[in-house]
Amino acid sequence: MFDYNFHWRPVLKSLPDLLEASLVTLQVAVLSMIIGIIIGLFLSIIKLKAKGPLQWFASCWIELARNTPALFQLFFFGFGLGALGIHLTPFFIVLAGLTFNNAGYLAENFRGGFNAVPETQMKAARSLGMNLWQAYTRILVPQVLKIVYYPMTNQFVWAVLMSSLGMLVGFRELSGETQFFASKTYRIFEYFAAAAIIYYLMVKLILFVSRVLATRLFRY
Amino acid sequence: MENQISFFSSFALNDIFFMAEAAYRTLLISIISISIGTFIGGIFGWMLFEGRIIAIILLGPILDVFRSVPLIIQLVLFYNFAPIVGFDLNAFESGLVILTLYTAALVANVVRGGIASVGQSMRRAARSLGMNYWQDLRYVVFPIGVRAIFPSWVGVALGVLKDSALVSVLGYVELLRASQILMTRTQEPLLIIAVAGAFYFALSYPISRFSARFERKWSQ
Repeated sequence: MFDYNFHWRPVLKSLPDLLEASLVTLQVAVLSMIIGIIIGLFLSIIKLKAKGPLQWFASCWIELARNTPALFQLFFFGFGLGALGIHLTPFFIVLAGLTFNNAGYLAENFRGGFNAVPETQMKAARSLGMNLWQAYTRILVPQVLKIVYYPMTNQFVWAVLMSSLGMLVGFRELSGETQFFASKTYRIFEYFAAAAIIYYLMVKLILFVSRVLATRLFRY
Repeated sequence: MENQISFFSSFALNDIFFMAEAAYRTLLISIISISIGTFIGGIFGWMLFEGRIIAIILLGPILDVFRSVPLIIQLVLFYNFAPIVGFDLNAFESGLVILTLYTAALVANVVRGGIASVGQSMRRAARSLGMNYWQDLRYVVFPIGVRAIFPSWVGVALGVLKDSALVSVLGYVELLRASQILMTRTQEPLLIIAVAGAFYFALSYPISRFSARFERKWSQ
């Protein structure tokens, strides 16, 4: 039917390597997500509460992260910082780019979450004798994280998908590894099809786990 | 050292025009794919909502694949798959096809939600006023649904505008590719990446502001 011979054997042979690389993908996505959540929380609180240069800084971060392509952000951390003499390894380029992006998007979600928590919660916490830090970490943030749980899982899926851009800055996660093998064996279609399937399964797994986690976490 | 030939020349006014032309290419590919993708996505969304069993079994998972596989993998995969089945597409055309399908997959979900957001009683009222199914869609569901989905549609469109940067992988010279070329020639990565970022920001930020204002106005 096709004027092309499919060769799946090399793909099968390097499948363990691809699976190992997908663990690297997950690793960088999880790390960027954790750091992104922490920075995003700070950004959203700053944007809501602070005035002056701090707020300006937070707004700049959020708008830049949301209004420029993720690939541009990776290039900035890769080539842009290189011009300043800061040479990050590919892992840190991808981590920094993803974290910057995640923090910006999550901050906007968290802002909505903070607005949805009634103001009396804060007042009650303070009048119970908690200081500001305790009120945020024990009362407000848990509620916000619960409200934005689904947007957060979406963002995590995005982070996994965006980490594929690592292939363009020489990072050997799933896509980078795929490209490495594809150019080695010249079986581009087969390798990228395999990568697509692995990504698909990974995303489905993440969504499934997050749904199971949600039923365990939000029983009350 | 006077007569040494330099391989690098610094950033000049001409290069701004080069980048502006590349920005035009970015706009071109995104506008075409967003318009066609929105049209197709609207039809898909309607099919998903009307939920004949075939649509749900066939269409849902297919559209889901476009949302669960990284765009960069989709692009490389399609670019290498098209010649196998006998289409000789260049980088622009394959990028256009994939971006269009990607937009359609995202818009379909948005549209499905939009149709669902129009209350069932409203539609029953329309039908009992003597409208037929298509009149109900045209005069009741469409005006209400468009208002409901406009912000998320703008979000999808801006996402596609930003993701069009990935077509550079196939060799289509759009904004980010152009800046890479200039970076190689001028050896001034920070300046050029900043200019490219400014271009993207200038394209995306006004639209997101405009949509936010529109949303506020409509929600009143």
